[in-house]
Amino acid sequence: MSGAALYGLMAEFEDPTALVEAARAAREAGFTRLDAYSPFPIEAMAEALDIHDRKLPAVVLSGGLFGGLAAYALCYWCSVIDYPLNVGGKPFHSAPAFIVPTFETTILFAALAAVFGMLALNGLPMPYHPVFNAPRFALASRDRFFLCIEAKDPKFDHDETWAFLTKLGPRVVMDVEE
Amino acid sequence: MSDTPREPRSGEPPATRSSAILAPGYTFTTLTDKLASIVLSRRTPKAWFFGAAVGFALTMVLLGALGYLLVKGIGIWGVNEPVGWGFEIVNFVWWIGIGHAGTLISAILLLLRQPWRSSINRFAEAMTIFAVACASLYPAFHTGRPWLDYWLLPYPNTMGMWPNFRSPLIWDVFAVSTYATVSLLFWYVGMIPDLATLRDRAKKLWARLLYGTLAMGWRGSARHWHRYETASLLLAGLATPLVVSVHTVVSFDFAAGIVPGWHATIFPPYFVAGAIYAGFAMVLTLAIPLRKMYGLEDFITLKHLDNMAKILLATGLIVGYGYMVEAFMAFYSGNPYERFMMWNRMHGPYKNMYWVLLFCNLVAPQALWFRQVRRSIPALFCMAMIVNVGMWLERYVIVVVSLSRDFLPSSWGMYKGTIFDWATFIGSIGLFIALLFLFIRLLPMISIFEMRAILPEAKVREAEE
Amino acid sequence: MSDGRLNIAEVRTRLESLRGREYWRSLEELLETEDFREHLHREFRVPIESGVNRRELLTLMGASIALAGLTGCTRQPTERIYPYVKPPEEIVPGEPLQYATAHVHGGYARGIVVESYEGRPTKIEGNALHPGSLGGTDVFAQAFILNMYDPDRSQTLTERGEIRPWSAFLAAVKLALEKEHAGGGAGLCFLTETVTSPTLIRQIQGVQKNLPQAKWISWEPAGRDNVYEGALLAFGERVEPLPAFDKADVILSLEADFLGSGPAMPRAVRDFVSRRKADRMNRLYVVESTPTLTGAKADHRRPLTPAQIEDFAFAVAAAVGAIPSGPPADPFAAAVAADLKAHPGSGLVVAGESQPAALHALAHAINEALGNVGKTVVYTEPAAAGTLDQHAALQGLARDMRDGRVSTLVIVGGNPVFNAPADVDFAAAMKNVELRIHLGLYDDETSRLCHWHVAGAHSLETWSDARALDGTVTILQPLIAPLFNGKSAHEVLAAFSDHPERSGHDIVKDHWRGQLPGADFEAAWRRTLHDGLVESTAYPTKSVSVKSSPLSALSSRLQSEIRNPKSEIALTILFRPDPTVWDGAYANNGWLQELAKPLTKLTWDNAALIAPATAQRLGVETEDVVELAFEGRKVSAPVWVMPGQAEDCVTVHFGNGRTRGGKVANGKGFDAYALRTTSALWSGPGLRVAKTLRRLPLATTQHHWSMEGRALARAVTAEEYRRDPGAVAKMGEHPPGPEDTLYPKLPTGSYAWGLSIDLSACVGCNACVVACQSENNIPVVGKEEVARGRAMQWIRIDRYYKGGLENPETIHQPVTCMHCENAPCEVVCPVNATVHSAEGLNQMIYNRCVGTRYCSNNCPYKVRRFNFFLYSDFTTEILKMSRNPEVTVRSRGVMEKCSYCVQRINRARYAAEKENRPIRDGEIVTACQQACPAQAIVFGNIDDPESRVSKAKAEKRDYGLLVELGTRPRTTYLAQLTNPSPALPSVAAPGEEGHGA
Repeated sequence: MSGAALYGLMAEFEDPTALVEAARAAREAGFTRLDAYSPFPIEAMAEALDIHDRKLPAVVLSGGLFGGLAAYALCYWCSVIDYPLNVGGKPFHSAPAFIVPTFETTILFAALAAVFGMLALNGLPMPYHPVFNAPRFALASRDRFFLCIEAKDPKFDHDETWAFLTKLGPRVVMDVEE
Repeated sequence: MSDTPREPRSGEPPATRSSAILAPGYTFTTLTDKLASIVLSRRTPKAWFFGAAVGFALTMVLLGALGYLLVKGIGIWGVNEPVGWGFEIVNFVWWIGIGHAGTLISAILLLLRQPWRSSINRFAEAMTIFAVACASLYPAFHTGRPWLDYWLLPYPNTMGMWPNFRSPLIWDVFAVSTYATVSLLFWYVGMIPDLATLRDRAKKLWARLLYGTLAMGWRGSARHWHRYETASLLLAGLATPLVVSVHTVVSFDFAAGIVPGWHATIFPPYFVAGAIYAGFAMVLTLAIPLRKMYGLEDFITLKHLDNMAKILLATGLIVGYGYMVEAFMAFYSGNPYERFMMWNRMHGPYKNMYWVLLFCNLVAPQALWFRQVRRSIPALFCMAMIVNVGMWLERYVIVVVSLSRDFLPSSWGMYKGTIFDWATFIGSIGLFIALLFLFIRLLPMISIFEMRAILPEAKVREAEE
Repeated sequence: MSDGRLNIAEVRTRLESLRGREYWRSLEELLETEDFREHLHREFRVPIESGVNRRELLTLMGASIALAGLTGCTRQPTERIYPYVKPPEEIVPGEPLQYATAHVHGGYARGIVVESYEGRPTKIEGNALHPGSLGGTDVFAQAFILNMYDPDRSQTLTERGEIRPWSAFLAAVKLALEKEHAGGGAGLCFLTETVTSPTLIRQIQGVQKNLPQAKWISWEPAGRDNVYEGALLAFGERVEPLPAFDKADVILSLEADFLGSGPAMPRAVRDFVSRRKADRMNRLYVVESTPTLTGAKADHRRPLTPAQIEDFAFAVAAAVGAIPSGPPADPFAAAVAADLKAHPGSGLVVAGESQPAALHALAHAINEALGNVGKTVVYTEPAAAGTLDQHAALQGLARDMRDGRVSTLVIVGGNPVFNAPADVDFAAAMKNVELRIHLGLYDDETSRLCHWHVAGAHSLETWSDARALDGTVTILQPLIAPLFNGKSAHEVLAAFSDHPERSGHDIVKDHWRGQLPGADFEAAWRRTLHDGLVESTAYPTKSVSVKSSPLSALSSRLQSEIRNPKSEIALTILFRPDPTVWDGAYANNGWLQELAKPLTKLTWDNAALIAPATAQRLGVETEDVVELAFEGRKVSAPVWVMPGQAEDCVTVHFGNGRTRGGKVANGKGFDAYALRTTSALWSGPGLRVAKTLRRLPLATTQHHWSMEGRALARAVTAEEYRRDPGAVAKMGEHPPGPEDTLYPKLPTGSYAWGLSIDLSACVGCNACVVACQSENNIPVVGKEEVARGRAMQWIRIDRYYKGGLENPETIHQPVTCMHCENAPCEVVCPVNATVHSAEGLNQMIYNRCVGTRYCSNNCPYKVRRFNFFLYSDFTTEILKMSRNPEVTVRSRGVMEKCSYCVQRINRARYAAEKENRPIRDGEIVTACQQACPAQAIVFGNIDDPESRVSKAKAEKRDYGLLVELGTRPRTTYLAQLTNPSPALPSVAAPGEEGHGA
C-alpha cells in the first residue's frame, strides 16, 4: 500500500442479494460508517443499512407552500393593491382566476425543491470522491455491487475488517485510498 | 452467477413470449453494454444521418419563416378578422398535447407501478420536452410585436403595469413554463445514474468530461439511491396533477372565451384526453422506426406497442365522447348560436375537415379492438399517423371554424393558411426531429438503470430465509 | 362641491384650520372637491380616499416631464426651420380652429366647417347654418380633404411636359387672345364642369364681352340635364324643382336616389328622416331599376326596368288624373296612386337625374294635379349657369373641334377625355385644336393631350364661391396656402381678362364688394366668411304651370307602342356614377376607394350588377368576368349578382378604370365611360353580355347577407309599434339586468358615456365611416388586405337582406365598438392593454398592446381592427400634415378600435374644467355623429336623464345588440320603423332569407 491515507475497505459482490446480506451482516457486526454501491436502486438496502431520511418530503412541502402563497400574493397585490383596474367589470380580487397561477407556481416550486433538495442532501455535485479510487469501482454503474466500510468507523481495524469482509464471500476485497 | 445469459425462468421458448416487456437472456452486463454502446461505441446508422439532415434542413425553413415574420409582420400569415388565430394556435395546442404522453408515461405509469414503462419513458420524456419547445414557439411568435412578449411576465417596470391575471394567456404562461421546467428537471434527474454509467464506460476524453460533468459525481450510493427514489416519486406525484392542469389551462384559452364552439365546460377533460391520445400516437410514431433503426426490439417489445395501442383506444373513446357531448350540448342548450355552430361544423364551408377528423379520431381507432391490429406494426404505425392528422384537424376545427362564423353574420369570414403558415408548421416538425436525433445520438434513449432493475437477477431473494 | 364651484368662505375656514407648514396646490385640493379627487385618481391612480402627498406628486410630475422630453427626440427636418418669433394671431398650438367654407360637388356647394391645427386643415364637418347641409355631410365632403394632401397631385405648371413659370403661361394666353381677336373669339372655347360660382360666371361673361364669339360649355358626367329637359317639357322653361321631404306624407320616387346622392343629399336625408318618427311617419314608394339607398329605405319598393318605370309613371299619372289617359295601372301602381290621391298637398313625386325628361315632366304634372306644388315642392331658377343641355353642347363642341372651328380650348377643371361619352370621342376631336389648356388637380388623361397643364389648387386652398341647389351662396376661403402653388379657376380666367395677375382673393372679394348686405362691407365680408354663407341669396320661388299638350302627346305615343319587357332578348345597360369615387374625380382617394360601397359592400372595384335571375339565365356568377358589348363598343367587367336589381338590367358604375388618375386610382375597376353614349347617357337597351373564362376576385367587406334569423338589426312597423311598444324588446332574448350579477359594483366616474343609433334614421350613406377614418387617422390597407378580411375602418355599416333575392327588404346597421360594461375583450387581454375607464369607455392602450388578437376573437361584435402589417404611412411627408394630431398613428402589430372619439371627450373635459363646470350635454360630438346627415347617432352622458342620449335610450324601441351575452353594451340601437301601406302586401315573404355569397 502506498503512503496515501486509507479511506476504507471495499468488497465487490456479484449480485444484489449478496450485497444486501453483506450489508446486513456488517451492521450486525457493529459497523456504523459503511455504505453500499449498486447500479440500480435496491429497496432492501434501506432496511439493511437502516437509512431513515425523511427530510426531502418536508423540503418539497415547504417549497410548494411557498410557491403557492407567493403566487397568490402576487396576483392579489398587483390586481387589488398596486394597480386596481376595471377589467371587463370583473372584481379586482378575481379569486377563481388567481387560482391557476397559484396552482402552477405551487407545482413549480415543489418540483424545484424536490430536485435541488435531493441533490443538496446527497451532496451533489461532487467532483471528487475517494471510492472512485477503487480499481474496479467503475463497474458499480454497470453490473457490480460494492460494500465499503470507512476507516473512520470506530470499530475499523484494517486486518480484522479485511478478514470480516472476506468472510462475506465477495469476489474481491480491496483498499480504498483517500 | 456468471456473465453468461441465463435461462428464462418460465418454461415457454423465448420467441413466442410476446407478452414479455424485455426479451430474455439479458444480464446487467449485456444490457448495460448494449444500451451504452448506442451512444458510445456503435457506428451511427445511416438512417440517423438521413433523419438528422432532414430535421436540420426543415429547421432552417423554420428560421427563415420566423425571420421573415419578424421583418414583415404577422400579416404574412392567413389570420384576419374574424379569424384572429389560425395555424399558430392550432399547432401550439397540437404540440402541447403531444407532449403529454411523455409525462404520463414517466409519472403516472410510475405511480401506477407499470414496469413496462421503463424502456419507453426516457425518450417519451425527451419527446415531451421537444414538443413543448416547438409548442412554445407559436405563442411567442404569434403576437403582433413578439419583441414585447416579456410584458406577459409579472415584473416591476416603468409603466407601472402588471399582467392581467384574469387572462387565460397569462395562465398559459404559468402553466407552460412550469410544465417545461418540471419536465426538463424530471428528465435530467432520471438520467443522472445513466450518465454515470456512460461516464464510466466512455473511452474518449470529451465523452468522459461531458458525461462526468453531467453525472455530477453520482456513485450509486445506497443513501443516494434512497433519496433519489423519494425524489422521483415526489416528482411523479407533482407531474401528474401538472400534466392534467396544463392541457386544462390550454383548454381555458377557448373555454374562457365566449365564442360558440369555444365556450364549453367539457373542454378541460376532453382536451386532456385528447392530449394523451395525440401523445401516445406520437410515441408510437417515434418508437416504431427507432426500435427498427437501433434494433431495440428486445427492449421495446410487442407488449409495449400493444399496451400503448390499448391506451390509444381508451383515450380515443374519451375524445369521441367529448365530440358527442359537444354536439349534444349544442342541441340541448337551445342556444341558437351554439346550435348554428354545430350545424356549421357539419354543413358549413369547413365541413370536410369535421368529417375527416371524426373518421381519424373516432372511427379509425376502433380497429384497435382487434389484437391482430394491435400486434401488427405497420397497422399500428398507420393508426398513429391517422390520429396525428386527426388531432391536428380537431384543433383546426375548434380554433378556426368556430371563429370564422360567430355571432354577427355580417362579420363572418374565411381563413386559409398561407405558405408561411405551412413553412412554420413544417419547420417546427423539423426542429422536433432535429432535437430528437441529437438526443438519441448523445444520450441514452432507454433508461439503463431502470432496465437493470427489471431484470430477473435484480430481485433480492429474501424469501429463502 | 360636486357642482365644482368654489366657495371662498369655505376656503378661508379651511385655511385657518391648517396646522404648521401644510402645502396646498389649489383651492380645489384645499377643499378636496370631488373633481379634484377624481382628477388625481384619473391621472395618478391614487386611491380616492387617501389624498396624494406632495412628494409623490412631484415624483410623478418629474417622471412625466422626463417622458415628455423623450417624445421630443424626433429627427429634425432637413430644411432650415424658423421659430415663431411673431406667432400668428388666433393660433394657439394644439388648439384647433374651425373655418366655414364649402365643398363643391357636381358644381353645387354644401356648407362645411373645416378643423385646422396650426394651419393644417385636418377634418371636415357639416355647417349647420347651410341649407344644403344643415350640419350633415356625405362621404365626398368627408373625404375630399384627402385629395388635397394627395402626393400624386400635379405639382407644377407645364407646357408639353416642360416646367414653365406662370409668366410664360400668361404670355401664351396673351398671344392666343391676340390671335382670337380677329374672329371675335369665335375660335375660343371654355369647357368647364357645372358652374354655380357667381364670380366665375361673371369672369367668363367678362371674357365674352371682349370676345363676343367666345363659347362657354359645361360638361358634368353625372349632370342634371334630364331635370331641366323635364322642366322644359312640362313648363316650357328650365327650372329647378326643390322638393321638401319634411313636408311630404307620401313620397313616390321614380329612381330618384335623393338619400344616396344628389346636390342636396345631406339636406334631403335630414328632411326625410325627420318624418320617420313613430308619431309622424311618412311613406316612401320607390320604383327603380338598380338598388339605391333610397330604395333600401322604401316602405314599398319595386324593381322595374326603365321601360316599366315609364309605364308605371304614366299609369300613376293617369290614375291621379294628371294626364287624360295612360296605360292600365297594375295593383301596385293603383295603390300608389290611391295613396297619393289620399294625401293631396302632402304627397310628393320625384324623378331621378337618371330618368328621361318625360318622367320628370310627369312628376311635375302629378305634383301639380295633386296640389303639391308650393307645399311639398317649389320651383326656382337653376343655380347652374352656362349650358344646361350639357350633352348636346358637348357634342356640338366636339363637332366644332373636328371641323377645326376651335383654335383655343380652355378646359377649366374636369376631365372630358376620360368622362365624355364614348361616341363624342373627345380625345380625337381635341387633336384638331391648336392651343389646348387644361387646369386640373391631377396630370390626368386630359392634361396628357393638352399643351398647357396648369396645376390646379384644391378648393381648400383657394378663394372662390359657389351656390347650393337652392341658390344660397357660400364664399370659399382657403384653409392653407396652395401646397403645390396650384392656381384656381378664377386665376386662370383672369389670365384672359385685362388684369391677368390678380389673385383669387381680390377677384372674389371685388366681385362681392357692394353685393353683401349691411353698410360696412368689411364687417359683412367677415360675417359672411364666418357663417359660411351669404345671407338671403337663395333664389325666390317661381310659379310655373304644366303645359298639358306635350304630356298627352307622350302618353298617347306610349300606348301606341306595345312593350313587353319579358320578350326582350337583349339586356338594358344602366350607367350610374360610382357610389364612392363618383364620376372619377375621387378615384385617387384611398378612403373612398376602400370604402365599402353601399349595398354591394364592394371596395376598390366596380362591377356589372346583374339580377340573380338574369345571372342564372346568362350562366354567370359573382366574380366571373364578362364582356359587355353595347353599340359596338366592348368592355370586360366582373359580375356582381345584385339582389333587388331589375331583371334584364345590368348596372355599370362609371368613374373607375382610370389610366392616369394617380397611384391609387390607376387600374382599379373598369372604365364604363367606354360604353356610355350621348344617346344612352343613363340607360339604353341592346346590351350583349358574353361570358369569358376569366374570374376577377373582388374585395368585399361583408360576405354574408342574411341575419340567420337572429334579432340583430330589428325593424317593426310604426303601426305595430304604436299598438305594442314592447314589440321590439320581444324580438330578442331577455337580457340580464344590471342587478343580475354576483360582482361588486366598481367605482364609476362623474359621467357615463353612451351612444344611441337610430336605425330608423340611418340611410346607410357611409358618411360616418369616412368621418371616423379622417378623425382617427385610420390607415388604408388596399384591395388585397381587404379581400383577406383586414379592412381597418372602426365603424362599419352592416347590411342585411330579408325576403327573396329578387326584391329583398334591406336594413342598415352601423356597428362600432359597443363599449360593453362587461367587455369580453378586456378580460382576455394578458397585458391589460384594453381596460375600462371609470366613465365606461372601453379603452385601447396601443403602446401596451403586444398583439395577441385574443380580444378580437372574444369580441362578439368583431369591431376590433388589427395592424397585421405596418399599414400607416410613416414615410410620405405630406400625409403627416393630414393627420389629426390628437390621435396616435398606430404602428404594426397593435389592435385598435372605436374610442368614442376620446380625444373629443377630453377636449370638452378641459374646456369644462377651465370654466369649472360639468360637461354640458351635446358639448361632445363624436366624428360619426357630426357627419351623420340623418342625425341617427347621439352621444352623451347616460347618467344624466335629461341628456339627448338618455332620452333616446328611454324609447321603447331601444335595444342592445347581443345583450343576451351579458355584455351590457353602452351603444344601443333604436329599432327601424317602417310604414307599409295596408293596401299592399309586405315585400318580404317571412321565413325565406337570402344566403350569403
